[in-house]
Amino acid sequence: MDADILDEVLRAPDGQRGLLPLLQVVRGGGSAGRSVMSFALTVLAALVAAAPVVYLSGSSVGEAVTALLDGSLGSPRAITETLLQLTPLLLAGLAVAVAFHAGLFNIGVEGQLVVGGLVSAVVAGSLAVPDLLRLPVSLLAGVLAGAVWVLVPALLKAIRGVHEVVTTIMLNYVAFALSQYLVSPTGPLVSPTQPSATERVPDSARLPIIWDDSRLHAGFLLALAVTVVIAWLLYRTPAGFRLRLVGANPGAARAHGISVARTTIAAMLLSGGLAGLAGAVEVLGLYGRYYDAFSPGYGFEAIAVALLGQLTPIGTLAAAGFFAVLGAGSIQLQAVAGISRELIAVVSGLVVAFVAARPAAERLAEGVSRRRAAR
Amino acid sequence: MIDLLSVAVLLSGIHLAVPLLYPTLGGLLCERAGVMNIGLEGMMLAGAFAGVVASYATGSPWAGIVAAVLAGALSGFGLAVITVTVGGDQVVAATAVNLVGAGLTAALVPVVWGVDGASPPVPQVPALVIPGLSGLPVVGAIFADLTVIDYGAGLLALAVWWFVFKTQAGLRLRACGENPEAADAAGVPVNRVRFAAVVASGALAGLGGAYLSLVTVGLFQAGMTQGRGYLALAALVFGKWRVGPAFVACLAFGLAAAVALRSQVIDIAVPYELLLALPYLLALVALATFVGRASAPAAIGRPFRRS
Repeated sequence: MDADILDEVLRAPDGQRGLLPLLQVVRGGGSAGRSVMSFALTVLAALVAAAPVVYLSGSSVGEAVTALLDGSLGSPRAITETLLQLTPLLLAGLAVAVAFHAGLFNIGVEGQLVVGGLVSAVVAGSLAVPDLLRLPVSLLAGVLAGAVWVLVPALLKAIRGVHEVVTTIMLNYVAFALSQYLVSPTGPLVSPTQPSATERVPDSARLPIIWDDSRLHAGFLLALAVTVVIAWLLYRTPAGFRLRLVGANPGAARAHGISVARTTIAAMLLSGGLAGLAGAVEVLGLYGRYYDAFSPGYGFEAIAVALLGQLTPIGTLAAAGFFAVLGAGSIQLQAVAGISRELIAVVSGLVVAFVAARPAAERLAEGVSRRRAAR
Repeated sequence: MIDLLSVAVLLSGIHLAVPLLYPTLGGLLCERAGVMNIGLEGMMLAGAFAGVVASYATGSPWAGIVAAVLAGALSGFGLAVITVTVGGDQVVAATAVNLVGAGLTAALVPVVWGVDGASPPVPQVPALVIPGLSGLPVVGAIFADLTVIDYGAGLLALAVWWFVFKTQAGLRLRACGENPEAADAAGVPVNRVRFAAVVASGALAGLGGAYLSLVTVGLFQAGMTQGRGYLALAALVFGKWRVGPAFVACLAFGLAAAVALRSQVIDIAVPYELLLALPYLLALVALATFVGRASAPAAIGRPFRRS
């Protein structure tokens, strides 16, 4: 029922709309069939547009696809590696999606992810808590760190109307510089045995391995559970409705007595917390310590994940799966077909470009069909 | 302390400020016309890469400069098509420019040179010797090391200021960024102006990228802009989208980075990484305090469509 209200609100004119009518950008227009179609078309278009790089690398599309699928889905081991890549992409993608739902573009997910990972490693390694509590406390520390890192942009947006894109970008670079310093040779957190990393965290802080002879850890299950929780929160709770209403039409939300400022802050903190969790899961699950540059840009790829997934949790899961296949397969792609891993960034960029251009393309198509009908 | 402010540090400050200045001026044109451009980083990488490819292929750094401007303009063209022609979301589209710019240039390094990560050294832009200036005592060392691109940055800043704030065309450009509906009513072709501004911002950002690859180091390395496109945004914020203050902000960032580099050599207590984070922190402080809502062009981020 609330979907109808939202659609109504989306159509209503409002002078005070946020900078980004993002929901209109991304909302495919309702039916599941159309959403799947749109997902598939976007992926296809991005892959086709990236094909010239494959040819320039002296490979063929057939060889590239074979290497990609073989490296990501070809064996049980490959599948666990793919799920391993899916985990941070899903969490970070949800972080981006939640903010988008509130009409906010959190482009600082990468920085929040780095800070979340770092803080979770430090807490896991230094806090005096019973072994049983070490893992949950460390994960929570990562969540809180990510949320704290986005607090200033959230407050500036809510109180002074400062565009969150600029502030979160700035904080990305502060996060990179700070974390780099902390584990630099003279930094206070660097491990004596491992350069550019913190000390290994105790085993009791590690997310357990859930598949024998693989690196796949419980963070994957945690990410799936979080996806369900976010879906419930967004679509089944009053708080989620408020969040989406503020994103769809802040003026209408205000008229209904919803505090836009408070909702904006809450959405940003939730987004930052999810990003921090993504970092914490990588550190406590995969690596067991914080490494400088442990993220190959998951926070940026997450923008493509969320947009490709049309901001729904289930769509984000599917999109994270797609990019995880690319990510896990890219090692094989490089080894067999000689294609750089950077192709993933190209594909994610193209996905984002197509999503940005889509509403207009649809408008054009509508105009054409209307004109044809008029004739 | 004297050592921190020597002529050498001043020179390195200029070399660090100029690659900020070009994208800042480009961003100013673009955002004054009402298109938010967070894609400067990707555009700079496009320029840096294309410049090195052309210099490598032809042996002439000048061909590289031309190629960089063209590549930057091309990335601006892509952004303009999505944001202006089809009216897509500006921030999302610019994010795409950044992702594609970073990814494509890095992916093409092994394609062009057969190695991952960085290109071999290529011919660099030579210093421009102006008789008389380089012979001056003390400051002569600075002039002896500057290229035409360094001088060009100063001239360009002046030209952009004059164009945006002193000409009729500049007034129209600003009108597109402040009140496109009114501009449209006055007969300004809003979307054509915006399109041109986005392409120009790409060309300038590309030139800034080429400065890094063809003046500073003489090779291309994946991700070599290291966030300078975002730092240019910070300079715009600081300068409240005005040329003079933004120019000063770029110089200040450049000098700060030069001092940071220098302090690393002479072992001062403040860590180098933290000094590098300083401009971003200062930009945040500026946004939180004296740069109000009213500073940015009013219609920034809003696609224009005649209703």
